[in-house]
Amino acid sequence: MSTQKFDIVVLGSGPGGYVAAIRAAQLGLKTAVVERAELGGICLNWGCIPTKALLRSAEVFHNMKHANDYGLVADSLGFDLDKVVARSRGIAAQLSGGIKHLMKKNKITVIEGNGTLVSPGKLSVEKDGKITTVEATDIILATGARAKELPHLKADGEMVWTYRHALVPKKMPKKMLVIGSGAIGIEFASFYNELGADVTVVEMMDRVLPVEDEEISAFAFKSFKAQGLNIMTSASVTKLDKKKSSVVCTVESKGGKSEQIEVDVVIIAIGIDGNVENIGLEQNNIKVDRGHVVTDEWGHTGVKGVHAIGDLTGPPWLAHKASHEGVILVEKIARDKGNKEIKDLHPMDKSNIPGCTYCRPQVASVGMTEKAAVDAGHKVNVGRFPFIGNGKAIAMGEAEGMMKTVFDAKTGELLGAHMIGAEVTEMIQGYTVARTLETTETELMHTVFPHPTMSEMMHEAVLDAFGKTLHM
Amino acid sequence: MAIELHMPALSPTMETGTLAKWLVKVGDTVESGTMIAEIETDKATMEFESIDDGVVGKILVEEGAENIPVGQLIAVLLEEGEDASVADDVSAAEPVAVKEEVPAPVGAPVVAPAAPAPVAVAAPAPAPVVQASTGDRVFASPLARRIAEQSGYDISAISGTGPRGRVIKRDVESYTPSAAASAVAGPAPIDGDAPYEVIKLSNMRKVIAKRLTESKQNVPHFYLSVDIELDNLLAARKNLNAMSDEYKISVNDFVIKACAMALIKVPEANVQFHGDVMHQFKRADISVAVAIEGGLITPVVRGAEQKGLRAISDETKDLAKRAHAGKLAPEEYSGGTFSISNMGMMGIKQFDAVINPPQAAILAVGSGEQRPVVKNGELSVATVMTVTLSCDHRAIDGAVGAAYLGALKMFLQEPSTMLL
Repeated sequence: MSTQKFDIVVLGSGPGGYVAAIRAAQLGLKTAVVERAELGGICLNWGCIPTKALLRSAEVFHNMKHANDYGLVADSLGFDLDKVVARSRGIAAQLSGGIKHLMKKNKITVIEGNGTLVSPGKLSVEKDGKITTVEATDIILATGARAKELPHLKADGEMVWTYRHALVPKKMPKKMLVIGSGAIGIEFASFYNELGADVTVVEMMDRVLPVEDEEISAFAFKSFKAQGLNIMTSASVTKLDKKKSSVVCTVESKGGKSEQIEVDVVIIAIGIDGNVENIGLEQNNIKVDRGHVVTDEWGHTGVKGVHAIGDLTGPPWLAHKASHEGVILVEKIARDKGNKEIKDLHPMDKSNIPGCTYCRPQVASVGMTEKAAVDAGHKVNVGRFPFIGNGKAIAMGEAEGMMKTVFDAKTGELLGAHMIGAEVTEMIQGYTVARTLETTETELMHTVFPHPTMSEMMHEAVLDAFGKTLHM
Repeated sequence: MAIELHMPALSPTMETGTLAKWLVKVGDTVESGTMIAEIETDKATMEFESIDDGVVGKILVEEGAENIPVGQLIAVLLEEGEDASVADDVSAAEPVAVKEEVPAPVGAPVVAPAAPAPVAVAAPAPAPVVQASTGDRVFASPLARRIAEQSGYDISAISGTGPRGRVIKRDVESYTPSAAASAVAGPAPIDGDAPYEVIKLSNMRKVIAKRLTESKQNVPHFYLSVDIELDNLLAARKNLNAMSDEYKISVNDFVIKACAMALIKVPEANVQFHGDVMHQFKRADISVAVAIEGGLITPVVRGAEQKGLRAISDETKDLAKRAHAGKLAPEEYSGGTFSISNMGMMGIKQFDAVINPPQAAILAVGSGEQRPVVKNGELSVATVMTVTLSCDHRAIDGAVGAAYLGALKMFLQEPSTMLL
């Protein structure tokens, strides 16, 4: 049994783990990453990126269907599902290769296998029955999460899928039911609906995309309906009855109304659970609460030298949150070890993490919803601007959407920004920078936005909050 | 003139790249827009296209070469009519060419010594520059400025905790203007009846003012009082002190020891509130308030639960002596998981102390005095001391505070239980 020694070992190479490892290596710490599957974790291999590849195929297909609107001719439209999936898998593989390159470039040791925390400072890694011991003064747990399943909602990969199966369909389902209308559920609903499946989405809350601003949810609901998505809110799936080649789903709506829907495929997207099992948490007294490791604001678990980041530690379950936590934690560890170069280190402000959903139309937001702001006691100024008022959006043939800003009426603090429509996921960052720099409406109004761009709507939505909008 | 092709920066963060594949070979004619090579960066492979026309004269980097720094010469294009030897010249001269770009600003200083007259003028010139850079500009976020203005604060009086000391929202929101500042800001009572003298605040006074104001504003205090009979403790103390002249244990030493042991017995009271989380300590570090010239200071007896009375006695005496002399090191009066403020020796019967954040509790100790007590229906006399625990309700609930005082009372009324 061999033993390897490091300053920092990261368990898991997802966007939290591999970024933490790179930062650690940059700070001169001898670093290793332990990974049981593909480098890059769920994000690159089974999450963010491959779904974006699928959705891009759906988007291009959508545009082809509307070629006529642009004066173009496209006959005998169709798609080859195998090739759509192959493209997505190819991109995932390319990026995973990119991580391999990054690890090599930063001289980070990659250890393949299942890692378990033996004691603070010590991990055992099992690969094909062979066990290696890895020692490090600091160990970062970044094992991520997986799709939540319930006793009556268990995936089989045949007719009942999680995101993992939904990414690699062998054949195109004709009729499909998606449980959950969060980002994951709605993105797959959007993809399969675009390719022609008859899709029903069942949401327990009273609206789709329940974490978003109510107005955005309502806009999305109308838009999805118009695209032919069947959406049931305030409803839950109480039973899945698997037949030979179909699943009969019992859906109960508020008020006890029950109906049965027969579909080829069910996708379960009801949330996620942290991967807390078999990594040595119990024997090391690391606290787990509702499926997630409990940490302080830096990512320390309370057990000396053991830290945790990313999905494993709780919501929001986003790659960029994990990466950012990884960097902060590693810098904190380096500073605690005496690195004097590290300045301006603060725990992450979780109120400032943007969220993006890549359905059609796209949804993006940062900060508080209008309701959350009012509930928190703010007197608010709300601005709105519709895509139909923007020249570039009309020229693009993307006139469906809106932007919304929420300001504190007294201080002019940008409390939140909410967008729905084409390319909004690429624009939300403007408001996120504004929030990070603590700009008020004044600086946003003084900012020159380039014409013609859809970003001009960001300006207008700020102006509108103070009754100064120009193009409406 | 031959055209140099350098490793391109294909993303803002790219520092090096891998030359994955050459798409041209020596002798090929390229024009603007021709794909020349595939460059692999951190996450992606990108094509590198020519922006010039010419013939590939020389390729300087092999396919597959890794970690090529951005800006390194990777190939040479020959313009129409140029001979291949030009490419060799260019690549040989390359390192010099790069260096030549750097010294450009040297031109200016060269001029100065050449013309002696303007030197006198040049000398004061840097002064305004220095002033400008060390001037009074306050770095503050727009939101921080606005909240400060709306609250009537002077932004330059607020210390920043943002990047590079920038004043941000949370600094303004947690700022408490000192008494002096508000006196200036508000109507100054110079015409008041009683004559007075202005006393400049010492740093210690400022810290006391700031921290205790913060404490009373932000920490929801509640108070629990209990009477403790000291007769057994006084007897034990008398016996101990009679045994040797080398030490003199005080009642306060017993209180420190008992407070620490009670914190270990009731760990829910040995906590601090930190926003989303609480810290529960595994050691009892007791801050002991010591009144000194111009204020007070709280030296810390660390791990007091593990120390004997004599060790505690020696340590507190030493700390108090050095506190009076102003010779405590910062680490000796910071930290601490719990505080004791003892005003018994000043004849105070009972008082409520202000919590010293981020600690969650402080014990106010009154004087031990003979009081009538009723036991089993009989009136008798006992030496009784009243202690009052101030608790941060965010971290400690009433029941926990009561449990803590119960443990403390047991240890002090029956000091032998501290040996268990």
